[in-house]
Amino acid sequence: MYKILVKQQLAPSVQLFEVEAPLIAKKAKPGQFVILRVNDHGERIPLTIADFNREKGSVTLIFQEVGASTLELGRLQQGEFLLDLVGPLGKPTHIEKFGTVVCVGGGIGIAPVYPIARGLKEAGNEVISIIGARSEEILIYEEEMAAVSDQLIITTDDGSKGIKALVTQPLKELLDSDKTISLVVAIGPVIMMKFVAETTRPYGVPTVVSLNPIMVDGTGMCGGCRVSVGQENKFACVDGPEFDAHKVDFESLMARQRMYKPHEKQHSEHIAGKREEGCKCHSH
Amino acid sequence: MSLSLNKNPMPEQEPKIRAKNFSEVSLGYTEELAKAEAARCLQCKTAPCRKGCPVQIDIPAFIKEIKEGNMDEAIAKIKEVNSLPAVCGRVCPQEEQCEKYCVLAKRGEAVGIGRLERYVADTARNKGEEIIAIDYAPDAQKVAVIGSGPAGLAVAGDLAKKGYKVTIFEALHLPGGVLMYGIPEFRLPKDEVVQVEINNLRKLGVEIVVNAVIGSTFTVDELMEEEGFDAVFIGTGAGLPYFMGVPGENLNGVYSANEFLTRCNLMKAYRFPECGTPIHVGKKVAVVGGGNVAMDGARTALRLGADRSYIVYRRSEAELPARLEEIHHAKEEGIDFQFLTAPTAVIGNKEGWVTGLQCVRMELGEPDASGRRRPIEIPNSEFVLEVDTVIIAIGQGPNPLVQSTTKGLETNKKGNIAAHEETGVTSKPGVFAGGDIVTGAATVILAMGAGKKAAAAIDSYLQEKKAKQ
Ligand SMILES: Cc1cc2nc3c(=O)[nH]c(=O)nc-3n(C[C@H](O)[C@H](O)[C@H](O)COP(=O)(O)OP(=O)(O)OC[C@H]3O[C@@H](n4cnc5c(N)ncnc54)[C@H](O)[C@@H]3O)c2cc1C
Ligand SMILES: Cc1cc2nc3c(=O)[nH]c(=O)nc-3n(C[C@H](O)[C@H](O)[C@H](O)COP(=O)(O)OP(=O)(O)OC[C@H]3O[C@@H](n4cnc5c(N)ncnc54)[C@H](O)[C@@H]3O)c2cc1C
Ligand code: SF4
Ligand code: SF4
Ligand code: FES
Repeated sequence: MYKILVKQQLAPSVQLFEVEAPLIAKKAKPGQFVILRVNDHGERIPLTIADFNREKGSVTLIFQEVGASTLELGRLQQGEFLLDLVGPLGKPTHIEKFGTVVCVGGGIGIAPVYPIARGLKEAGNEVISIIGARSEEILIYEEEMAAVSDQLIITTDDGSKGIKALVTQPLKELLDSDKTISLVVAIGPVIMMKFVAETTRPYGVPTVVSLNPIMVDGTGMCGGCRVSVGQENKFACVDGPEFDAHKVDFESLMARQRMYKPHEKQHSEHIAGKREEGCKCHSH
Repeated sequence: MSLSLNKNPMPEQEPKIRAKNFSEVSLGYTEELAKAEAARCLQCKTAPCRKGCPVQIDIPAFIKEIKEGNMDEAIAKIKEVNSLPAVCGRVCPQEEQCEKYCVLAKRGEAVGIGRLERYVADTARNKGEEIIAIDYAPDAQKVAVIGSGPAGLAVAGDLAKKGYKVTIFEALHLPGGVLMYGIPEFRLPKDEVVQVEINNLRKLGVEIVVNAVIGSTFTVDELMEEEGFDAVFIGTGAGLPYFMGVPGENLNGVYSANEFLTRCNLMKAYRFPECGTPIHVGKKVAVVGGGNVAMDGARTALRLGADRSYIVYRRSEAELPARLEEIHHAKEEGIDFQFLTAPTAVIGNKEGWVTGLQCVRMELGEPDASGRRRPIEIPNSEFVLEVDTVIIAIGQGPNPLVQSTTKGLETNKKGNIAAHEETGVTSKPGVFAGGDIVTGAATVILAMGAGKKAAAAIDSYLQEKKAKQ
């Protein structure tokens, strides 16, 4: 059992959990993730390790309540426990001194980009970060990102904060400027990552994205997380989750993420129903 | 006394009924049936049946105890060499092993050795076995076991009984390996059988740490250098699913058998939405392959509501590698076998969903390296099987995680760990391996047998180590 040490609401339907997990905290590196289960009936939910504290023996998870399982997760209180937590999974981000790097985070993707930006900064890179969200109230981790970036650019779809634009617009301006950009790291909705890939492709700037296909075990056993990268099938949980953005088949990834759409609705309705009648089966 | 040439039939759920539920297909012998079946055994002095059993259970001896009604003696006889008889009695390919060599098989059907073994084990379990926790010596040596499949469980049981402190590390949230995530509930009940056996190990004093991925949470070197383990056994199985490499394999509705079965068995997707993990089945399902894994996939699909469930196999019925009983059960349940058929592509629609499996018909040619006649494509025989789900069950390889993170651990060309057949000794001192990670996908009993041999070797290794200190 893994204790929730801190629970914090970062934005409407975005929560932060700091969870006691000394073994994972000891090993975690930027770019890795965990898989957790809330209870005995629960799905295995993959979440990126947004931060880790080796002294305290804890990892920070930031998640958006998008469906039944993440809603259930969000109902847990500080002091309560996660039933299962396994990790750190996946390959860590390749960090070295590249020169000037741009870290792009969109929506909930800002959380996983944060430890990478910090790692790149610590390795001596000049870090320019671009973070974007639909509007100011759902923009997360602004201060944290500012603290690890030499320059922070904010975009919102509605212009309520920073530039009224998509993240790709300031990215393109940077690519057009006289700065030599050595690497772009982008994490966010698949569609955003796809457009970042298209933006950097003509400039030939190496670009890394972190993919989030549907997963089950996270150890390379089921193949459910397979993604097509450079015509080859890769298992995102063990070969990734980070891949060369210019080689990823984003279309098939997006299609695969829709696989359980009807089920998701059914599951949400079930959970909602249970909640109304006082939640019997999910109470342990 | 004239004895029947046939086995006493196993009581089973009706095919029509069982094809819609997840309860066990075979209900097990009653006392009467068990005694009648035991009476068929001729108690051969040479016991040819024993040489077919990879762990050489003293088969006539335990059957004699059944005949005489000494059930405690019967289970004790079996447990001398097999710690998971309730599992093996159910899933061993008996017709290839013990029963193949039974003298009765020459003229009729062999003695139902597996059924009797299951009966003995179930009777003992239902009675409640008394497990006495081990009183460890203060300086007991520590052994780490990686993976909680049959190989790991066998090593852990044997070493604990010898007084070693054993910790099993398992990547998933439940121990049992393929017994939990692969083999379906209707062949091997999870709570009643598998978890009971595992809990007995816990009662004995074996510690089981779930959610621990070795190679990540700990490396093998860390277990030995920092966590104080004197020896390590690797039993990580053959968990890496193979795909066919044909177009369309990433369409929605295409599963590896591992994923399909894991969703259903480990995650209990058949109880969705009460349990949160979904599974897609559709109306028509094609399962590619001909082994136990394929049979399990096809029969699971039926139980999840498919109207039609095909087995697509590129050789003929005679070459099917699955257990005879499973093939027989699958046929009774109405699985549609497409023999001499090989898939060439998965066909999909605009939205990215499977709509069919394109296949060609095959014929058998000359024997290949495996001794089986090689399937050859018949020209212009393409056709499309209309299905909305495709399950690929063409085999599994070794997961590279442990091998790639352990210094000095040698592997073979296929990526399996190189280990001595009789001892499990690897190229790395203090590290042993056995089961599917060494042999490639095989059987429960072979994995257990390898575990037992490794346990004996680990015992000698640790005694020597202690003597040197
Ligand atoms: C490596 C990785 C890291 C991730 N990191 C984060 C993170 O830091 N913060 C965060 O909010 N989300 C993260 N996700 C996504 C998160 O796992 C899903 O949002 C969550 O599982 C949705 O479950 P649900 O039941 O609440 O929603 P559902 O209603 O079931 O699904 C909503 C959407 O989430 C996706 N999804 C559903 N089930 C899974 C699954 N088992 N695995 C992956 N995706 C799934 C699907 O695309 C689906 O359309 C990550 C995913 C991966 C693979
Ligand atoms: C669907 C299916 C049906 C089958 N039917 C039969 C049958 O009827 N009869 C029969 O005899 N055999 C059958 N088999 C084969 C049999 O189950 C295997 O040969 C046997 O389970 C192998 O045992 P093992 O201990 O080597 O590995 P496994 O049972 O595969 O167990 C390995 C365990 O190690 C864990 N693991 C892997 N990597 C790590 C890591 N890095 N850290 C920690 N843990 C790790 C895995 O999660 C798993 O739990 C079947 C197999 C499948 C898949
Ligand atoms: S363990 Fe398997 S092979 Fe051995 S006697 Fe039992 S059923 Fe036969
Ligand atoms: S060979 Fe058959 S009949 Fe003879 S002892 Fe073995 S099980 Fe009995
Ligand atoms: S999640 Fe199962 S192989 Fe990646």
